[in-house]
Amino acid sequence: MINLLQFISIMMLPIMITMILGHGMIKKIDIYETFVEGAKEGFKTSIRIMPYLIAIFLAIGIFKDSGALYLLIKIFSPITKALGIPKEVLPLVFMRPVSGSGALGVVSDLLNTYGPDSFIGRVSSTMMGSSETIFYTMAIYFGAIGIKESRHTLLAAIISHIGAVVASVWICKYIF
Amino acid sequence: MNKIWAFMIFFGMGVAAITKKIDIVNDVLIKNTQDAVMFSIGLTGIMSVWLGLMNIAKKSGLIDKIGKIMSPFMGILFPDIPKNHPAMSAMVMNMAANMFGAGNSATALGLKAMEDLQNLNSNKRKATNAMCMFLVINMSSIQLVPLSVLKIRVDTGSVNPTEIIGTSLVATTVSTIVGILSCKILERKS
Repeated sequence: MINLLQFISIMMLPIMITMILGHGMIKKIDIYETFVEGAKEGFKTSIRIMPYLIAIFLAIGIFKDSGALYLLIKIFSPITKALGIPKEVLPLVFMRPVSGSGALGVVSDLLNTYGPDSFIGRVSSTMMGSSETIFYTMAIYFGAIGIKESRHTLLAAIISHIGAVVASVWICKYIF
Repeated sequence: MNKIWAFMIFFGMGVAAITKKIDIVNDVLIKNTQDAVMFSIGLTGIMSVWLGLMNIAKKSGLIDKIGKIMSPFMGILFPDIPKNHPAMSAMVMNMAANMFGAGNSATALGLKAMEDLQNLNSNKRKATNAMCMFLVINMSSIQLVPLSVLKIRVDTGSVNPTEIIGTSLVATTVSTIVGILSCKILERKS
């Protein structure tokens, strides 16, 4: 099962590339020249997002490494308790929107401590697989095109994240 | 963003000062900023590849085709974007790359989509409804196979590492639907 899924994931990009190049050749386009012409813009985009990345990496780094994240967890724990979220997975709930690699580290800790087939292990795996980093994505996507007012994006993303967290806990309670 | 950024830095430094770990600020200052530079430089390669490929797809008419095929679905989510606009195909391809866990390709295609969306924007400083929707879908993650989690589960000796794929799919579907609905509701107010 894992091998099959891994195979499909690995094949996805080659298939997309073959489709684009193949379609271009059928339509008799000079694919090499056209590729290079488009690729020229790549460097500009990377340079444009760099200052935004630096700003957000700096804030996330200080916030994470100082232990401020864990203080926040303590403050919010009565609310999460009411939603039926086990307190062991709270570090993950708060880390996930902030940092992808940080969250993966938390999952790794949880699985090592409680075991991958425990309730905590299953909930944290499900949660990791069903949500995404928020702040960094917002910073670079809006930064790249110079948007200053993000309007309701952050609020909707946080609501959606809470949805993922609550759904992860409930589906694990129901299935396992 | 402004307030959140300030909050993360000041609150973080405050906690570090109280717990006598203020030296971490110096480490972060050097290491994390360097990571950010490395990341954006590293993204240049994959960014260029996708911009090149998308240029081919645009000229060959593939972008129009993808836009047409996906228009019933994308039309509901992004009613303000014309069916054959390049932004549509870039968004479709970003979602496809995301589903299969190709993170960096997804980022490259996502940035391309944002640029295309910005071309349709009348106020260049303010996000459009379509941009908010696209980002929220992006951040609610529609990943089919969470490979990195599966790897940790295998490494920690799980009897059935793949059992969380089904639960993840349910949870991610719920979160995506919640995200889309909250976007549709919130966009009327702001």
